[in-house]
Amino acid sequence: MIQRRIFIAFLACCLAILSAEAGNMHVLQKPAYAQSSTNRNVIVAMTTSIEDSGLLDDLVPAIENQTGYRLKKVSVGTGQALALAEKGEVDALFVNSPKAEHKVLAGGAVINRHLVMHNDFVIVGPDTDKAGIKGKKNAVEAFSLIAKNQALFISRGDDSGTNKLEKDLWKQANITPTGSWYQQTGSGMGQTLQVANQKLGYTLADRATYIFQKHNLSLPILVEGDKKLLNLYHVMEVNPQKFPKVNTAGARAFTDFVLSPKGQALIAAHGKKQFGQPLFYVDGGKTEKDYGF
Amino acid sequence: MLMAVKRKKITVFNSSLITEKSRFVNTILEGAMKALELLTSGNSDVFQVMTMTLFVSGTATAISILLGLPLGMWLALVDFGGKHTLTSLINFGMGLPPVVIGLVVSLFLWRSGPLGNFDLMYTPTAMIIAEAIIAFPIVAGFSFAAIISINPKLRWRLLSMGGTQWQVNWLLIKEARLGLMAAVIAGFGRVISEVGASMMVGGNIKGQTRVLTTAIVLEVEKGNYDVAMAIAYILLIITSTIIVLLTILQHDNKIL
Repeated sequence: MIQRRIFIAFLACCLAILSAEAGNMHVLQKPAYAQSSTNRNVIVAMTTSIEDSGLLDDLVPAIENQTGYRLKKVSVGTGQALALAEKGEVDALFVNSPKAEHKVLAGGAVINRHLVMHNDFVIVGPDTDKAGIKGKKNAVEAFSLIAKNQALFISRGDDSGTNKLEKDLWKQANITPTGSWYQQTGSGMGQTLQVANQKLGYTLADRATYIFQKHNLSLPILVEGDKKLLNLYHVMEVNPQKFPKVNTAGARAFTDFVLSPKGQALIAAHGKKQFGQPLFYVDGGKTEKDYGF
Repeated sequence: MLMAVKRKKITVFNSSLITEKSRFVNTILEGAMKALELLTSGNSDVFQVMTMTLFVSGTATAISILLGLPLGMWLALVDFGGKHTLTSLINFGMGLPPVVIGLVVSLFLWRSGPLGNFDLMYTPTAMIIAEAIIAFPIVAGFSFAAIISINPKLRWRLLSMGGTQWQVNWLLIKEARLGLMAAVIAGFGRVISEVGASMMVGGNIKGQTRVLTTAIVLEVEKGNYDVAMAIAYILLIITSTIIVLLTILQHDNKIL
């Protein structure tokens, strides 16, 4: 009986130490000069490729140190990120679907939209290349060939920026993709590449995630360089006039940082060491008009 | 998350000569090596995710015991109209999908929701709320079953011997110890292994709401299977240690 009491006391101590530890960590994470107001948290909804490509690991500590805000990033597809902004649930966005962004911008839910960086999309597929798209310069033509040959295509199907572009390309090819050759994973880019790799299918991927995952993939790049495959990433702030609970100062601190020389330098350097090439190209100060949109 | 750990070039993945089978074995072995490496290198990222996991699931289990155990006892000992309805509701709650609970909790905690002013979304508190709701019916249901399976004559006997209500309840809890510890174990097992609700209300934010299960999902998404496997080992080690400790407690140290 006494033994058991001691044992219970031991368990209780463990729990207490753990809670204290977790509490401490909380304190430690706060930069010393953090804002004293309660709203130190900035919620940023961003597309999965920013986290999947490892860029977030470089950016977040720098942002938190510089601004004193605590960044709560929510990695979701661009579709969901835009939906969260339209409900005023987040403070800022970092996404990659210009057409859809324009709609949200026109609706007044977001303000201060700025181009941050770009890279491009690539069409990857198995070595055997059943549809014969290798080296084609036109993405729409490649999509038509895939559909014509009923070659397996793995779509993200999650309404992300990549998925929106893919649907747009099918539309331009006048194809409604249906049938067993067209499969939707409903998950992020990394997972979708894995599925395509396992099933030996074609897929549309952003180059950053592709390079990041390349060590597990046996899918070469088959089509690249079409202007339609340009992938533009914008930041924007959720409109505080529409949603009073938005942390507008925090959102501004976030967008200011990614557009600042320091933020842009971090983005430009990301991946150079690990992969020998940058994953994103910075565009601070430019607009999408510079790319002919 | 674990990018601080240097990713070594995993050449086995690049070579097409290596068969699928050896790749399978390699991921499992490399995972074990990496788990060892992560645990011994004093990597603060891993340590932080581990403590957060224990903090969230421990607190949520504690809350679910505080609420579930009295409810289970009350259901087992007191007769009232609607008792069967309530019991079946609790049994139904045991099977509620965590993602559904995650979604409903999100609706409450979002800025546009009724509790939006508290700024709880994407915090450990939000995760504790969701996990406690997930574990609560399990603890209540198991407690109900444990208490009701005690011979009812025992309670009458104790009461007639002049025990107060509280004394009798305490003796009944001791009597039903085995079943009640099973309730705790089941509740804890459910929350520590849960991923859907944690992801939804916590947001899997590095250094804030990332727990072992959501970290595994992220590493799989990133294609770092060895790291994912390593975290899986760590999760298994932690879970089994705690369950063994609880089991020892359940059996009154007799199996030591």
